[in-house]
Amino acid sequence: MSEVKDTQGQLWEVFIQTKKGLPFKHFGSVHAFDKEMAIQNARDLYTRRGEGKGMWVVPADAIVAVDPNNDASFFEPADDKIYRHPTFYELPDGTKNM
Amino acid sequence: MDSLNLSKFCIRLGDHCLIMAHRQSELCSNGPFLEEDIAQINLGLDLLGQAEALLIYAAKLEGGSRSADDLAFRRSERQFHNFMLTEQPNTDFAFVIVRQYIMSLYLLKTYQVLSKVEDETLSGIALKALKELTYHERHFSMWINRLGDGTAESKLRIQTAVDELWMFVGELYEEDALDLTAQKALYAPKGEEMKAFLMEQITAKFTEATLSVPESVYMTTGSKQGIHTEYLGFLLTEMQYLQRAYPDAKW
Repeated sequence: MSEVKDTQGQLWEVFIQTKKGLPFKHFGSVHAFDKEMAIQNARDLYTRRGEGKGMWVVPADAIVAVDPNNDASFFEPADDKIYRHPTFYELPDGTKNM
Repeated sequence: MDSLNLSKFCIRLGDHCLIMAHRQSELCSNGPFLEEDIAQINLGLDLLGQAEALLIYAAKLEGGSRSADDLAFRRSERQFHNFMLTEQPNTDFAFVIVRQYIMSLYLLKTYQVLSKVEDETLSGIALKALKELTYHERHFSMWINRLGDGTAESKLRIQTAVDELWMFVGELYEEDALDLTAQKALYAPKGEEMKAFLMEQITAKFTEATLSVPESVYMTTGSKQGIHTEYLGFLLTEMQYLQRAYPDAKW
């Protein structure tokens, strides 16, 4: 079978801030040929129902990720160190978004 | 403006939006790629929302003898007053872009004026629509640049669309008695003001996109009297199919 050439442009990852002050969260990805088209496509795909107050798009290949086949050495050493969680403190009333 | 003239005024504007919304809906699943497909339908839905608001208000002004749905689905070609430009088919992607780009400019100017009128329903519709149209202009003008200043093929296609559609632009700044009444009440810009705005914007954009603005050509006229190109009849046949086949069918 011949290889099908993808003509939809580069892949971009979309991050949306649902409310001012909150962190940006990953929502999904879009295809586009450049920055301008990427942000417009992301707007039309992910913010049509009032999801966002802020938006970032990042070229997917600019994201550095952990190799999923080699993630044990990255994450597992933290599993048995519960003292690193601040769970022994009581949160003051009225603290949101911890 | 009295309510009879105002309802006619709203029907005209609503018709532009309704017919364009239908043309945009035809692109569903036919866009050049998924993201653009969704974008085009999105913008079509904006126009449908504007059409609905305007036709509901027009029906109310008429006194309630017809509903907004009656206006959309129970009128024939000769009773529609949308510009001929709005009904032109999606011959190719370039035709869509040129049609929508020019109409976005027209609607932007129209809603800018309407957003300042005393009638709160209309100024409310216009204020909401202005935000939508600002984005439409941005999206379609991006494509004018991309296609005009793109490859030899894309430039040929979009220049062809410009040349083919140009004769329908004259209607956008033509004036009849209703326009003059609306202008007098400050509900619409003067024809020459609209023309100057369109030409200034289009000339600047086309220059940037290395496209040429057609020299003076014959301009069609007639939609204000309900005269249309052959395409509107086919469009209505499809758009009104359900109400024609099953009158009073409810969703």
